[in-house]
Amino acid sequence: MVALLAALLRIGFLCRKELLALLKEPSSRVILLAPALVQSLLFGYAATFEVTHAPYAVLDQSGGAAAAEVLRRLDGSTTFERTATLRSASEIAGAIDDGGALLVVVFPADFERRLAMGVPAPLQLILDGRNSSTAAAASAHVGTIVANFNAARGAFQPVTLERRIWYNPNLHSSWGIMPNLIAALSMIQTLLIAALSVAREREQGTFDQLLVTPLTPMLILVGKAIPAILVGLAQSSIILLVIRYWFGIPMHGSPWLLYLGLVTFTIAAVGIGLAVSALSLNMQQAMLYTFMIIMPLMLLSGLLTPVRNMPQALQIATWANPLRFGMDLVRRVYLEGAGLRDVAIDFVPLVCIAAVTLPLAAWLFRNRLS
Amino acid sequence: MTGAAIVATGLCRAFPAPGGTAVQAVADLSFRTRSGDLVALVGPDGAGKTTLLRMLAGLLRPDAGSLSVLGIDVAADPQAVQDRISYMPQRFGLYEDLSVAENLDLYADLHGVPTEVRRERFASLLAMTDLARFTARPAGQLSGGMKQKLGLACTLVRSPALLLLDEPSVGVDPLSRRDLWRIIDRLVRDEALSVVVSTAYMDEAQRCAHVLVLHEGRLLAQGTPAELRARAAGCTFTAVPPPGMAARALQARLIDARDLIVDAVPKGGAVRFISVPGADAASLRPLLDDAVVTVRQEELEDAFMMLLRERQRERGAVPSAQVRERPAGNDDEAPVIVVRDLVRRFGDFTAVASTSFDVRRGEIFGLLGPNGAGKTTTFRMLCGLLPASSGHLEVAGLDLRRARAEARARIGYVAQKFALYGNLTVRENLQFFGGAYGLRGTTLRARIDATLAQFGLDPAARSGELPGGFKQRLAMAAGLLHEPEILFLDEPTSGIDPLARRDFWRTITALAARGVTIVVTTHFMEEAEYCDRIAIQDAGRMLALGTPRQVREQAAQDGGAAVDDMDSAFIAIVERGRRAAGMEAAA
Amino acid sequence: MSGGAAGFHRRCRALLRKELRQMLRDRTTLAVGLLLPLVLILLFGYGLSFDVKDAPIAVVLEDTSPTARDVTAGLAGSPYLAPVWTPWMHDAVARMRRGEVAAIVRVPQDFSRALAGGGARVQLLLNGADPTTASALEWYVGGAIGTWAAHRAGRAAGKEAAGGIVQVEPRTWFNEANTSTWYLVPGLLVLVLTLVGAFLTSLLIAREWERGTLESLFVTPVRPAEIVLCKLAPFLLIGAIDIVMCLLAARFLFHVPMHGSLAVILLSAMLYLAVSLLLGLAISGITRNQFKASQVALLASFMPAMMLSGFVFDLRNVPVIVQVVSQLLPATHFMALVKTLFLAGDNWRLIARECAILLLYVGVLFTVTCRTLRKRLD
Repeated sequence: MVALLAALLRIGFLCRKELLALLKEPSSRVILLAPALVQSLLFGYAATFEVTHAPYAVLDQSGGAAAAEVLRRLDGSTTFERTATLRSASEIAGAIDDGGALLVVVFPADFERRLAMGVPAPLQLILDGRNSSTAAAASAHVGTIVANFNAARGAFQPVTLERRIWYNPNLHSSWGIMPNLIAALSMIQTLLIAALSVAREREQGTFDQLLVTPLTPMLILVGKAIPAILVGLAQSSIILLVIRYWFGIPMHGSPWLLYLGLVTFTIAAVGIGLAVSALSLNMQQAMLYTFMIIMPLMLLSGLLTPVRNMPQALQIATWANPLRFGMDLVRRVYLEGAGLRDVAIDFVPLVCIAAVTLPLAAWLFRNRLS
Repeated sequence: MTGAAIVATGLCRAFPAPGGTAVQAVADLSFRTRSGDLVALVGPDGAGKTTLLRMLAGLLRPDAGSLSVLGIDVAADPQAVQDRISYMPQRFGLYEDLSVAENLDLYADLHGVPTEVRRERFASLLAMTDLARFTARPAGQLSGGMKQKLGLACTLVRSPALLLLDEPSVGVDPLSRRDLWRIIDRLVRDEALSVVVSTAYMDEAQRCAHVLVLHEGRLLAQGTPAELRARAAGCTFTAVPPPGMAARALQARLIDARDLIVDAVPKGGAVRFISVPGADAASLRPLLDDAVVTVRQEELEDAFMMLLRERQRERGAVPSAQVRERPAGNDDEAPVIVVRDLVRRFGDFTAVASTSFDVRRGEIFGLLGPNGAGKTTTFRMLCGLLPASSGHLEVAGLDLRRARAEARARIGYVAQKFALYGNLTVRENLQFFGGAYGLRGTTLRARIDATLAQFGLDPAARSGELPGGFKQRLAMAAGLLHEPEILFLDEPTSGIDPLARRDFWRTITALAARGVTIVVTTHFMEEAEYCDRIAIQDAGRMLALGTPRQVREQAAQDGGAAVDDMDSAFIAIVERGRRAAGMEAAA
Repeated sequence: MSGGAAGFHRRCRALLRKELRQMLRDRTTLAVGLLLPLVLILLFGYGLSFDVKDAPIAVVLEDTSPTARDVTAGLAGSPYLAPVWTPWMHDAVARMRRGEVAAIVRVPQDFSRALAGGGARVQLLLNGADPTTASALEWYVGGAIGTWAAHRAGRAAGKEAAGGIVQVEPRTWFNEANTSTWYLVPGLLVLVLTLVGAFLTSLLIAREWERGTLESLFVTPVRPAEIVLCKLAPFLLIGAIDIVMCLLAARFLFHVPMHGSLAVILLSAMLYLAVSLLLGLAISGITRNQFKASQVALLASFMPAMMLSGFVFDLRNVPVIVQVVSQLLPATHFMALVKTLFLAGDNWRLIARECAILLLYVGVLFTVTCRTLRKRLD
């Protein structure tokens, strides 16, 4: 018992020293905390697939009333904004190539006639596929407008699809990405700080002095882990606050569960970082290893593209990716209000990763001392 | 050619310190030097020597005053100055991934040394620095002193009009120091080079034509060595302690009497001291007891110490060495450090070959040797930082192979390079290391306050920005917080001015008297005199082991002539050892 | 001795040799410089896809009539959907809660009756927490059901004058295959060069400050511009290898068409590489501290390039300030260039504009880095 208290006290000293080293200089504080704020704001606004005021051009070869009606609906929507009325098909290339128009709507010459005859009249859309998600979204919007047009004309629709959306009634694409940022953005720096922690002391020459004290490698490791975890949690909290209060995305789940998940996730991330740190001989190496690891971790986590779309082998590989589960957990708790039972499965890999990497780091530490 | 090499008028330079106030590094300096002269800058740490040299090299701009180097206004056209000078900073930045030869080539290329000249130049430089065997070794794998030598070699790839050297012989053993000065002397002689050297070694300053004494940014005194020496005339003496009394003990007694004695230092078994001018023999009598006192010729070091002491007295800052009482041990105890057949190999390179020695409690034990001799490796093994390849190692009664953590709680370690956290304050560093050793609460606070007072440290100062000597003090303070049984000091006084060195050793001797065992490595041979016993290593082998007197006698053996100072003894023993090794290798 | 072109050449040769040696002896840097692009290429090509396929959806048939089953039969045939049939709604809801299915299609009990009566409804429940997938699923499910309805109407031709309905026929230019890979892979080039530039150079100058090698260098006749140039050169080499790797992968591994001329692609890539490397050097020179430099480099390179460069998100509709930040990023300009060059072809006005901007960046960053190496220690 006494030994435990003594150990805790020493860990306390270690943490204090580490936090002082991290936070003493104003520039260090800025680098640790400002990016979370700035990035969450910038990316919050950027992360949207929505199309509004999309510039489009029109080539109306039919000149009829129906075309005019469709155009009136297009122009009247906030989704589209007409930037050019083309006169001939040869102008289409120019409109799209320069990026001026996202799409060109073409009414063929027989459009009006076919509608009057009661036959399906094709309406051509030429989309700029340089960003296929936006193109698809624009296409879908045109589809909706046309469907409304068809319904207004009294076209018979035997089956209507009634949609209801959980958690995100307006289907904002940003709502799907921003909660992910809580875990993702903070992981970057947490991982880096943990990875550089030991290497920095080695390069500065303070490591020897540390090793000469009675502090054991395990204590030193814990003393480095805790400050990194605290920084990670601070960053996550900043992002959480921005998402909740600036962007106004409602949080449905329990904050306690959210933080429990965040803590577990951060511990797993720090474990990986410390393992890297124990391996590296200097800061350059630590940084390089971290870069190498962060790429796959971020890209294969489901941040931008769903894990489900990945090939089976990679999907299995992501079981070792704490970000995948951390993000999933945070998003489910935040947006969906998931309870402990729902997200319990996310905790398992996180705990496993922490349970593997932290002892590994300690072992590497001990054996790399000389 | 005698013109002015440097003309400085009213130079001032301040640096902003955290907390708003500015530190005046150089204040109103004015002096002239002649070209072709060898000029020494001496002074304690924080005197402004490095700042002055950097201003001369055009790396810092003076806040006020004018500075002209070789006729060029430095502030206006620093590049022109840099094209004509060579500057060796205190810590020369070598490219660690590049080999010795590649580093030399790089600097030769950058300075534009023509290839014909280069080969011969390199050959002589490599011979002088004894690095010819290591041309292919990456600079990062050289020992500290060898790096310093390589740094000097890179600075000397060409002969400039003016050479600036910032403490070039710090961390360099006496042999190499002697070699370095041979190079410098030859350069001055053959190429009419002007040199400005900042140094802590008085014997080096003595060889110079002109000496500038700086203190806290001001010029305290300047002149030829002879002129400065004259200040100490009539005050210098040698005292041979009575039999049975260690020179160290007499020295301690003398140096504590600050009203009567300016300085005292053990040398060659006797104590050289300087009395305060005006102190008469009668008042000195009680201090000296039965010691035999003879007058001696004054030296530059004496004048320097007098100047500094005067200045210090003016300012009123006299740190006292207070050490808490601890029961002293008796001599029949088992040794606290036992080393038997210690070996350390790195691959196929044997750094330490089968070394054995004991250290008793309360002893001051010195490990000496040239750079690359294996001292640091032995040291690191003793501290538990490096495992031994084979052999038996016992520290504080604990086998280092088994009970490392326990053993570490009983030792203190002061590294050669500053190894505490630079961006923490003095107090924060002490709090951390105290806590790491298990101190807490009121005990910790009390110990911290005690060591702060003992070493004269400002608790709020940023550790990384302290001048060199204060950094060492802080390191010592951190090593002593937990009142260890054994203290390991790795070149604790390299780069520190004589004043601070005295105080240091005063503290050490007091500690030893209280029963703390001290193991120390040093390049200042006179400090070997403070030790009870010393060991001299070279190339991993133990060449001598015994009291300073025994070692001096051993050195005198084949040489014939009596060797009365450790410097010469050291050189003699090492050279003899190398000759023997050479003959073995040849046989 | 130190003046003129001869001195410049000699010093540059010496510095270049030093930088090359240091780079080659630092195995880790070399390995990562050549491996990272490889890893990214594989990840991008095989791991990332925005295209929804085999999305699991739960289908609840509360009406078990053949008509109802017919409606949903179309779902099974779609390559985008992987329907799972379950008879109970609460089961489907539980699965969606657990994340096992992404949507629920519910055919209510009265479906066949309502259909006969003239208008039936099918419910689609979407998980809004994944809006991209949700939108895509709405599109596909709607499409499948609409096709079924059209077939039915076709079979019952003559029963109703269906009237003309407008059918949208989309054609996507520049991405005929309409796979996200085609536009992800050009973005890969941008990302690789951004990252490589950041980590190869971002510690270089900071390390020299910390080790004190710069002070010794400053007193030699070397000029700041020479130092910067020679630090840049070896990494341009590694970057060039990376560019070739990416282009080969794009062409032969992912079959992404390269409509623009290869020469222009290569030159503009080298230009952007220079910008990226200089950015790393500038960060290193300004922070003078490896710890800070690595954080700033990582933060300034990866996420902004992913999120703000127009790579994934089209930034037309974001607030002005975000657009400004996006335009300030060099990655944005190279991204626009690369996407057009690959998917569209040579568009000289665009090329000229973006290359000019990138050149401007080179100039600015070079000057900034030189200024950090002003031979002053204060």
